[in-house]
Amino acid sequence: MRFQRRAAAIGLIAAGALLFSACGSDNNSGGGSAPQAAGVTCGGKQALKASGSTAQANAITGFVNTFEQTCNGQTVNYTASGSGAGVNDFTGGQTDFAGSDSALTAAQTPAAQQRCASTPLNLPMVFGPIAVAYNVAGVTDLALDGPTLAKVFNGTVKTWNDPAIVALNPGKNLPAAPIVVNFRSDNSGTTQNFQNYLNAASNNAYGKPAAQTFNGGVGAGAKGSQGVTDATKSTPNSIAYIEASFAQKAQLPTASIINAGGGQPVPLSTDNLGKAIDAVKVTGQGNDLTLDLTSIYKTTTPGAYPISLATYEIVCTKYADPQTGTAVKAFLQTALSPQAQGTLTQGGYVPIPDAFKQRLSTSVNAIS
Amino acid sequence: MGSVSEPQSPKASPASTGGAGERAFRWLTSGAGLVVVAAVVLIGVFLIVQAVPSLIANHANFFTSAQFNTGDANNLMFGIRDLLVVTLLSSLMALAIAMPVGLGIALFLTQYTPSRLARPFAFVIGVLAAVPSIVYGLWGILVLAPVIEPFAQFLQTYLGWFFLFSPGNISPVLTGTIFTAGIILAIMILPIITATTQEVFRQTPRFQIEAAQALGATRWEVIRMAVLPYGRSGFIAASMLGLGRALGETIAILLVIRASTSPSHGSLFDGGYTFASLIASAASEFSQPLPTGAYIAAGLVLFVLTFVVNAIARVVAGGKVNG
Amino acid sequence: MSTALDAPDRPAVPETFRSVSASRKIKNQAATVLVTLAFLIAVIPLVWLLVSVLVKGIPAIVSADWWTKSLSGVTPDEVRGGVYHAIAGTLIQALIAGIFAVPIGILAAVYLVEYGRGRLAKITSFMVDILSGVPSIVAALFIFALFISILGFDQSGFLVGLALVLLMLPVVIRNTQEMLQLVPDELREAAYALGIPKWKTILRIVLPTALSGTVTGVMLAFARVMGETAPVLVLVGYARAINFNPFQGNMASLPLLIYTELSTNPSAAGQLRIWGGALTLIIIVMIFQIIASVISRFSSISK
Repeated sequence: MRFQRRAAAIGLIAAGALLFSACGSDNNSGGGSAPQAAGVTCGGKQALKASGSTAQANAITGFVNTFEQTCNGQTVNYTASGSGAGVNDFTGGQTDFAGSDSALTAAQTPAAQQRCASTPLNLPMVFGPIAVAYNVAGVTDLALDGPTLAKVFNGTVKTWNDPAIVALNPGKNLPAAPIVVNFRSDNSGTTQNFQNYLNAASNNAYGKPAAQTFNGGVGAGAKGSQGVTDATKSTPNSIAYIEASFAQKAQLPTASIINAGGGQPVPLSTDNLGKAIDAVKVTGQGNDLTLDLTSIYKTTTPGAYPISLATYEIVCTKYADPQTGTAVKAFLQTALSPQAQGTLTQGGYVPIPDAFKQRLSTSVNAIS
Repeated sequence: MGSVSEPQSPKASPASTGGAGERAFRWLTSGAGLVVVAAVVLIGVFLIVQAVPSLIANHANFFTSAQFNTGDANNLMFGIRDLLVVTLLSSLMALAIAMPVGLGIALFLTQYTPSRLARPFAFVIGVLAAVPSIVYGLWGILVLAPVIEPFAQFLQTYLGWFFLFSPGNISPVLTGTIFTAGIILAIMILPIITATTQEVFRQTPRFQIEAAQALGATRWEVIRMAVLPYGRSGFIAASMLGLGRALGETIAILLVIRASTSPSHGSLFDGGYTFASLIASAASEFSQPLPTGAYIAAGLVLFVLTFVVNAIARVVAGGKVNG
Repeated sequence: MSTALDAPDRPAVPETFRSVSASRKIKNQAATVLVTLAFLIAVIPLVWLLVSVLVKGIPAIVSADWWTKSLSGVTPDEVRGGVYHAIAGTLIQALIAGIFAVPIGILAAVYLVEYGRGRLAKITSFMVDILSGVPSIVAALFIFALFISILGFDQSGFLVGLALVLLMLPVVIRNTQEMLQLVPDELREAAYALGIPKWKTILRIVLPTALSGTVTGVMLAFARVMGETAPVLVLVGYARAINFNPFQGNMASLPLLIYTELSTNPSAAGQLRIWGGALTLIIIVMIFQIIASVISRFSSISK
């Protein structure tokens, strides 16, 4: 009797397990699946492996969806393990390309060169605006500039009605309350890019090293972009730098930025960041498109939004295995297609402006 | 739950013990026991092996430095001072809340509840233990923290002269402090303390309770005269087990406590990292051996800390309790 | 204070049995109130937490796709797909842990109860206690240090399973040990009297008698490890597609899914997945707990 019950229970569990393993599927094709991209030469290795920057993870997800639709049976497995790990995996030969928040350094290049047996390329494929979000009762149209932001984030400017802020916001009702700075507590490319911006745009008045961790010396950290967003939303009189998509989804107001050219405060928008990207200087040689980001941070173009995150794909010019080369090329071609670029805005990134896209296409097509 | 922790004298044995099967089986079971011993020893050994090179390369004092800077592998500067402060403050605060409440629940379930209801009630407390810690973290920071903020504000305003309630290093932010974490940890360790304490209280010898009742003692007096003295050591051991759990809690703390750029002053309204939350927050960056070793060194300290707490729990319990 | 209070209702003639004095009554009442209050205090956060998770999570889990589809091909802001890949990963990792922890745990418990004597048994018993207190992040770091740093393995679901073994072992051992202690000695002695060797007695009589209790312990151990987040953060990457292979590639699990959506996805769809994932995890853990308590009710030996 008892044995029967036991047998029945085991049978039930086994049946449940069978049923469970049979009914799952990766097929999400119903509904608004990604459209196919045109102008891509598919083929080569079926499953590419890549790892690196978390800042571009959502962009890559969109690219991969389009890639899977476009090139039947091909995919990319991207692990968002952080830029440092991504570059290490790539130079160690464990992955086919790396995603990184910064171009290869002089110290990293020889190892990458050796791994590729050809010139490694830094391709800035993903740009994302960084928003300066704030939570001040009754204020929705704050304007700030580089030097003032630097002082806020290093603790020199401590209250919302500081003359430096008031001067940029005449007639607005700024409270006498202390400014609460929210920063990212985990390592992130966003933090690094933002601190680079602060240093560049304030002529080093920020005065702190631009690392993946926040060095401003003020404020309270929160885990991840979502943590910072939640913290800003729940803390009155706080300010934070976050990827634009997080600020928008949380409906936090974002500051307009007066760029290095002076002039009118520039609100955060895709088009306005595009203007800054269009004017970016490239320091890379030949097909390498390493950027001089200072040219974005210190852009003087009227109406250009200067605070951006630029993340690279690091690839080989020529892969030892031509199959891999073909697949990497196909994936990056897909990424540059209008269909894949169309997925970017949803994730809070900026579609690459046409002029710069031409240069990327040239570099991508040279991969073999 | 458990009733035995000390190895009891082995159960009855047959007269003859020979046979190859017998020997093989004996070896198999002893081997399994050895696996457990080896596991603990190996944890210690491999953490040490991985931590030592980083400790040698460390440019700061490991025990007194408040910074944990591993960005530059050639210039490691890390110390555990603040980790220790935040870990201990949050865990001890949790203990201060959970001990009296847990004692109360254990008494309620064993002395006040009819046995028919004790089971479902104990199940309810058990559900608290079943909630995964990431859910506590989410709920803690998004739902609970804003609700207890006015209370924290009140404490800071009126008791701010006392160091525990002085403005913290993430002031004026009052959500996501050690204080918030302490309350969440208290909820999380409550089931552990309750389950074990309750078990010990149940073992109170019947005759002691009846003797007290015969003297005309009220229910409370029975508890004070018979149940509490008998269960005291078990209760303390249970609390130590809860403390061990609180010290090692990872993800809930990571989601709840805000980070700070300045060192801790030992206030409950400070932010910062515990050992466990620091390690977890850096987990995605474990790529270079030396910086990773720094986190493993922090893990080693946490291991030693929980080792000591659990060892104390065991000694105090004197065989009445197990984890 | 007490005199003022008990003066009015003191009877004129002393009773044979003195009634309990008012101060003792008050103390007793106060204790009752406090103790009941303690229970209520524990229930409040529980109900509050469960209600929050239910309210925010139910909209996610009512779709059939939630249980049968992965997130493969779903962009972060689309309310589509499901968490099948994460449920599968959670179960696979727990299963791997079980494959190692259950036999070792049961054998170790048999050792402690039936054979253990002397120093090794004392040390083993002590180490079980220590192991039960090892934080999950430390277990994860150990596996990381040994398998990834030293032996050069890649991150994988299998390594998560190994870390979970360390967390599962003490739970299995303690529960089994307790059940073995409850098996009446008469059963053993009867077997010995028939000339059956000890090991056969243990395998054929003692363990089967303690089986349901042991299974309960195993279920509780599963329930404990499935909600662990720390090992998956350190030891495996997140995948949006189904991966049944624990030895290669990234593997999702419910805690990792929640964590990933939490840190990378600001959209409403992400919020839905976070709370839906939390609710799904609680449901699965509860299923194991309920199985455990049902089995223990059919237990052939009682405490």
